[in-house]
Amino acid sequence: MLENNESQFLKALQHDLHKPKFEALLSEIAVIKNEAIYAANNLEEWMEPEYVEKTLSTALDECYVLKEPLGVVLVIGHWSFPLQLCLIPFIGAVSAGNCVVVRPSETASNTAELLQNLLPKYLDNECYHVIYGGHKDAQNDLSDLLQHKFDHVFYTGDATTGKLVMQAATKFLTPVTLVLAGKNPCYIDRNCDIYMAARRIAWARFVNAGQNLLAPDYVLCHADVHDKLLKELYTCVTEFYGEAPEKSPDFGRLVSIEHYQKLKELLGCGKLFIGGKSDEGIKYIAPTILLDVKENDPIMEKDIFGPVLPIIKVCALEEAINIIRKREKPLAVYVYSSNFKVISEVMSRTSSGCFCSNDSGMQNMFLTLPFGGVGGSGMGCCHGKYGFDTFSHRRACILRNIGIECVTYLRYPPYVDKNLSLILWASSLSRRSSGWCQIS
Amino acid sequence: MSSTKEVAARLREAFNSGKTRTAEFRLKQLKAMLNLMKENEGALLEALKKDLRKPNFESIISEVLFTKNEIVCAINNLTEWMKPEYVEKTLVTKLDTCFIKKEPFGVALIIGPWNYPIQLVLTPFIGAVAAGNCAILKPSEVSPNSSQLLSELLPKYLDKDCFAVVCGGVKETTELLEEKFDYIFFTGGTHVGKIIMTAAAKHLTPVSLELGGKNPCYVDKSCDINNTAHRIAWARFLNMGQTCIAPDYVLCTKAVREELVPALINCLEEFYGKNPQESEDLGRIINEKHFNRLKALLSSGKVAVGGQTDEKDKYIAPTVLVDVKETDPVMQEEIFGPILPIVDVENIDEAIAFMNRHEKPLALYVYSADNKVVKDVLERTSSGGFCSNDCIMQMTLFSLPFGGVGDSGMGMYHGRFSFDTFSHKRACMLRSAGMEKISALRYPPYGSHNLSTIEWTTEIKEKGSVCCIM
Repeated sequence: MLENNESQFLKALQHDLHKPKFEALLSEIAVIKNEAIYAANNLEEWMEPEYVEKTLSTALDECYVLKEPLGVVLVIGHWSFPLQLCLIPFIGAVSAGNCVVVRPSETASNTAELLQNLLPKYLDNECYHVIYGGHKDAQNDLSDLLQHKFDHVFYTGDATTGKLVMQAATKFLTPVTLVLAGKNPCYIDRNCDIYMAARRIAWARFVNAGQNLLAPDYVLCHADVHDKLLKELYTCVTEFYGEAPEKSPDFGRLVSIEHYQKLKELLGCGKLFIGGKSDEGIKYIAPTILLDVKENDPIMEKDIFGPVLPIIKVCALEEAINIIRKREKPLAVYVYSSNFKVISEVMSRTSSGCFCSNDSGMQNMFLTLPFGGVGGSGMGCCHGKYGFDTFSHRRACILRNIGIECVTYLRYPPYVDKNLSLILWASSLSRRSSGWCQIS
Repeated sequence: MSSTKEVAARLREAFNSGKTRTAEFRLKQLKAMLNLMKENEGALLEALKKDLRKPNFESIISEVLFTKNEIVCAINNLTEWMKPEYVEKTLVTKLDTCFIKKEPFGVALIIGPWNYPIQLVLTPFIGAVAAGNCAILKPSEVSPNSSQLLSELLPKYLDKDCFAVVCGGVKETTELLEEKFDYIFFTGGTHVGKIIMTAAAKHLTPVSLELGGKNPCYVDKSCDINNTAHRIAWARFLNMGQTCIAPDYVLCTKAVREELVPALINCLEEFYGKNPQESEDLGRIINEKHFNRLKALLSSGKVAVGGQTDEKDKYIAPTVLVDVKETDPVMQEEIFGPILPIVDVENIDEAIAFMNRHEKPLALYVYSADNKVVKDVLERTSSGGFCSNDCIMQMTLFSLPFGGVGDSGMGMYHGRFSFDTFSHKRACMLRSAGMEKISALRYPPYGSHNLSTIEWTTEIKEKGSVCCIM
């Protein structure tokens, strides 16, 4: 589906987000293809029952974990990466053997419509269905949908809607996976390759016009390197997008007027360093960097999700860690430092969905790492085998022999001390070993 | 006496101090737990006797031994479980360090049930401690002696800043649920499970719900009827039937039923004597409310054996009901008592269809010497766990995950699964600062040459094709 209709998908993404072809190919098309091929390559292995270590009392039995599909699951996508964020969980659900209802975000309407047209042409119509309601009221639509019983709901988006989804899922005791946007902090240590850091941060922040769950949301920069960082950021933003970024084909646009207006309001925080230009007609906000931002400024209240990067100066690592710990656990925490002790310190004293040092946004590209949040940034995860596992039920199975009663009888009434002693003795034997093995 | 808010705040402060992060601290707490179990066995058995008239034999095996084994398993394996998991790398990440770090969530709330009031609250607690969390235990008010004992003992053995027991009923639980926890583990009924999940949703707190269900038990003609009767009877009447994974009802053909019922009757006499009320080896119903609920179910179908009740003694005789219909009251809810209904079916297909008409249970059982029959039922149904030719055993092996699916719950635990339940798996990538030339390929201004290079290095090839990068 992706290969045969690549140009159509690219066009839809252009319409929705002015997504440059380079970004669309790598961050949407290529990652989905990789996920699908990875699943296809490993499916047989993932589907196999897992035989487990046995104890003395189960030595003659067959003991294993069977992976079963949950049933009919719902995947709710997000407009920032309208293909990837619904098709990657979709692939997990399909590989685990479920039937799937996909609800792409109506905010990225061209892509959603295209998906709704194409999916049925390639996949079994009885098992998979795309729901796209057009430009109706998003919240209502979702509440209606959640009135139905699903066996798992996978949602990517904001925390407020995430809570509604979990609340609605309670009605049917449906397990949920929530991948939620948060404020991903980025600490820049005084021992750091500033040239490299500036480039990686700027790339991660401004790709997709900042509309990226994993983008660094705000920078905590050590005072010693603050000015150097600014210089490098200025240079690389110009290198990336030229003197007039609105003319660059490599810079995206905001997805909607509402989103544009929310972001425009934040531009008044702190002091403008680069950018600040905006144009409602083309939903454009320039790659912007704000300085002297305070912790309680409006821009620090919730996730920015746009091409605006506030920089807060800190005097020490401790100050940065305190700022990070005061807030909800984000989807990602980033540290730029050449001092491993610093990296280790931030990693062990903070928590987040994922963590990356000396880069940003790369950690979710690799299918052997789970992608998910914690606390305010969500619960559950996906990518690679984690997607398969998310949508599977692990059913513990013991297949016993009905003929052999010589040990089983010990547990029956009438209860006698002799039998009890035997059972305890057998159990204590295994306790002394250093492995798993124990008996009840 | 601290308020709930104060207790939660104290635990959160302790967690934030980093106290629970080291293996030393966790091992110290786990070893203290083991001492608690060893040094207070008498008191524990007594409390269980007062709450459920649980025979010592059952208490020792299903409460004390079980819990001790979980603790030892955690002690033996903690270092291994805590290690970061290094993952397979790609060409692009060859110079980086990629691993999954296990982190505690923070402050957990563990709500226990009354039927195995020690084991079912301590087993998840062990997982929470091993994973480095602080935790509040809320044992069941319906088993007051066991809960009171836990609230007295735990502070004597464990770090009071990190772990607390809060006793109480609906009011206290509601207060607790207003606080923000980082994980909630609940064992109990479906109705309360939904209340817990609703409260958790307010704070985006992940939950494990270990709920109940009607666990079906299909008995095939090929099985050894005598052994089958023993195993089913044992599992059904253990703890006076108050076991979440006990076989709830039996499905079999009339022909099998004709052999099974006499076998069950003989077996009951073997187990409990001619007058089970006099047997020391039978527990009692937890309280009047459940006694009355169960008594009402006795009118479904026809009593084949048992049926006697004694309200003052909270006693219901081990009972087998036959000629039970799908619409009878005894088939509408989880029985959770010493009553075993037998429903007639024509064949295995009817049995499977019957099971699939009901919500997914916590356990599903099949008795058959024919492996094809066992596999058939296994493949065409779903449940939390499964066991053929026995019951309950799937819970006793710690290398198997224990948990429900659908209406019987979400999440799993025991052994390593408990540790994993209470851990956040944080994906970590430590990239090298060098190799900027390669990183630069992804920067704007975007060029098609760079695009091709990136695509080539990151593309996963289908298995069987010539070059495989991943």
